[in-house]
Amino acid sequence: MTTSTDHELAPSALALRDVVARQVAGGRRLADLFGTARGGDLLLTAQVAGPGAMTTLEAVLSAGEASYPAFTPLVSAAFWYERELHDLFGVVPAGHPRLEPLVLPADPRVLPRHAVGPGLFTIPHGPVRSGVMESIEYLVETPGEDIPHLNLRLFYKHRGIEKRLEGVAPADGVLLAERAEGVASVAHAIAYCQALETISGTQVPWRAALVRTLHAELERLACHLDVIVRLADGAGLAVATARFGWHKERVLRLTDQLSGSRFGRGVTVPGGVSAAPRMAPADILAAVGELDRQLSGDIRLLLGTASFLDRLRRTGPLPPARASAHGALGPIGRASGCVEDLRQSRPYAAYGSLGMTVSSRADGDALARLEVRADEVTAAFHLIRQAADELAEASTGSLRADCEPLTGRAPGWAEAPQGELLYDVRVEHGRISRCRIRPASFHNLVLMHEVFAGDILTDFPFIEASFGVSVAGAAR
Amino acid sequence: MWALRGLRNGVVTTRWPSRPDEYAAATRGPAAIRAGRAGAAAAVDAAGLCPTGAISVTGQGGLRVDQGRCILCGRCVTGRPDVFAWSEGPGTAAVTRAGLIMPSEETPEALAEVMTGLRQRTRALRRSVHLRHVDAGSDGSEEWEILALLNPVYDIHRLGMFFTASPRHADILLVTGAGSRGMTGPLRTTYEAMPHPKVVMAVGTDAVSGGIVSPSYATTGGIGGTVPVDVWLPGSPPSPFAIMAGLLLALDRLASGGDHQ
Repeated sequence: MTTSTDHELAPSALALRDVVARQVAGGRRLADLFGTARGGDLLLTAQVAGPGAMTTLEAVLSAGEASYPAFTPLVSAAFWYERELHDLFGVVPAGHPRLEPLVLPADPRVLPRHAVGPGLFTIPHGPVRSGVMESIEYLVETPGEDIPHLNLRLFYKHRGIEKRLEGVAPADGVLLAERAEGVASVAHAIAYCQALETISGTQVPWRAALVRTLHAELERLACHLDVIVRLADGAGLAVATARFGWHKERVLRLTDQLSGSRFGRGVTVPGGVSAAPRMAPADILAAVGELDRQLSGDIRLLLGTASFLDRLRRTGPLPPARASAHGALGPIGRASGCVEDLRQSRPYAAYGSLGMTVSSRADGDALARLEVRADEVTAAFHLIRQAADELAEASTGSLRADCEPLTGRAPGWAEAPQGELLYDVRVEHGRISRCRIRPASFHNLVLMHEVFAGDILTDFPFIEASFGVSVAGAAR
Repeated sequence: MWALRGLRNGVVTTRWPSRPDEYAAATRGPAAIRAGRAGAAAAVDAAGLCPTGAISVTGQGGLRVDQGRCILCGRCVTGRPDVFAWSEGPGTAAVTRAGLIMPSEETPEALAEVMTGLRQRTRALRRSVHLRHVDAGSDGSEEWEILALLNPVYDIHRLGMFFTASPRHADILLVTGAGSRGMTGPLRTTYEAMPHPKVVMAVGTDAVSGGIVSPSYATTGGIGGTVPVDVWLPGSPPSPFAIMAGLLLALDRLASGGDHQ
């Protein structure tokens, strides 16, 4: 595996900010910004991604420096990252526009306000939602119908996963990675293990890469179907909700049949996979074929149901210019013209050897996001078939190589169903000393601030569902 | 068009628990000690086998498995298949925290007393049971498994159970997650808003014991310290059948195949 990452240390936080701002102005995107405590110092790390490559840029804030010049005024995508830095490390990004608590609990009675105007009030929506949903609070600022501004508070669900990983043996860390964003367990395990494999110089056996790909695509099917179920449910399409719920259940059962876990947990381990799929490739092909046939008919019908499409068309639009400035990820980015997909731009597992096309749209509304996901469902079936065919060819061969990282640092990545997932893992003396996890859910969720142009309260469930964000992943 | 399509695949709904279900029977539960192997402690590296400390050796030299800490990683089952095995079937919930410990340290009298108390509270609910869910720091997968109960395969409406948006209408509170500190207040408020009689079910190993994400500065290591738990359901996440079985256990309808006795 090649690591398309280079590394630079800037002399100061100010210099770091200027390099990052210059690169972002030049068309690259801020992919991550986080801190690492080192003795009394704080290491600031920015990941800047461009087509096919990622650059790690760093600067040290020494013990006495409690503040640094904020990135956000120059690089708007840093908005939440700096609030997270402030919450977790106490450093103050000087000049940040709204330094309110994001991931650590604040006084819930304080409702931060943004919009001002006659008759505006704030509806606190959450953290306990109606229905079975993850805990998050939306503070909807509204004069009654339209939504001039929306605030989000993630801290209800923050579990401190990154801190929990520190001191853990690398082989145990995968269990935590799988639970950082439970509906994308496979993607997290792959990204985490990939970082360890880079550190130890392990080559993952081909068969293991195929099994990882197989499970990653099944996971994508399940996540995209979950979004479709929520959209159909929001529109009150009872039969469609039931049909897609049934399809999703069948995907989870197939995953269970293959691995013993409905979420593919325990499949990916450092160095490869824990076991071969418990179904013969021919049986996988048969099961997937039937599922594909029934599911694609339902999707065709859904995309022709006018009363449903009316709810999505021009709802929650994310303009391509805004998406590209923020570096929007996954189906949200691809529905707004940001075409990058790590499976193609920085291939991992078996993706480099399998054929796939990346689907995109330019409209940026909830319908475009659904269409991108529908295309990705088709592509996932195609990839699963290729992986199963290849597995039939490679029916023997190793499934796991030795992977015992002692000391080092490496990035790991995967295109999770929610979008680009980044890991940055540091191992010292055979223990994890820092593990940064940046799910697409965290990077994308902040865009919810911006997509309510002209939309009203009843559009809210569609916009939320079309984002398909995992709160567990965003809050970690 | 949708109406016709809805008829296309016939009835896909399980008839469990009144009829057996193949998938329910094969549901993987937490690790268990094989029959007769509780004395094999000397030969087992408890700490090395279990990343969450669910396996321990008692003072008397016997093996002890706390299923409430098991995250189903399977290391003990693959590492020592002669001593450990998966428990099978959906009936993994217990009405006391001690009920998740193998071998059982509970007296039948104590268990009967807890069951009687629970029965008295849930007797009046019969076939109109309203459920409310609160996420107290889950990884997101538990919500999927609870929501699955509404899909046509499980369809818990057939058992007289319904989800409600308001805690004021709720009889049973399903709590997921390791007890994130941010949710301590909202969870408590939700519990207090429910009318009596009320029942609380901890759904998943995270809710039962904090799971592998605890100890952490941001969690309370399970929800037991925030609300009084009546039904403890391990699993990472527990399957929809296991959640259904836990609900029926709370209502004392499990032994009778879903009906009232």
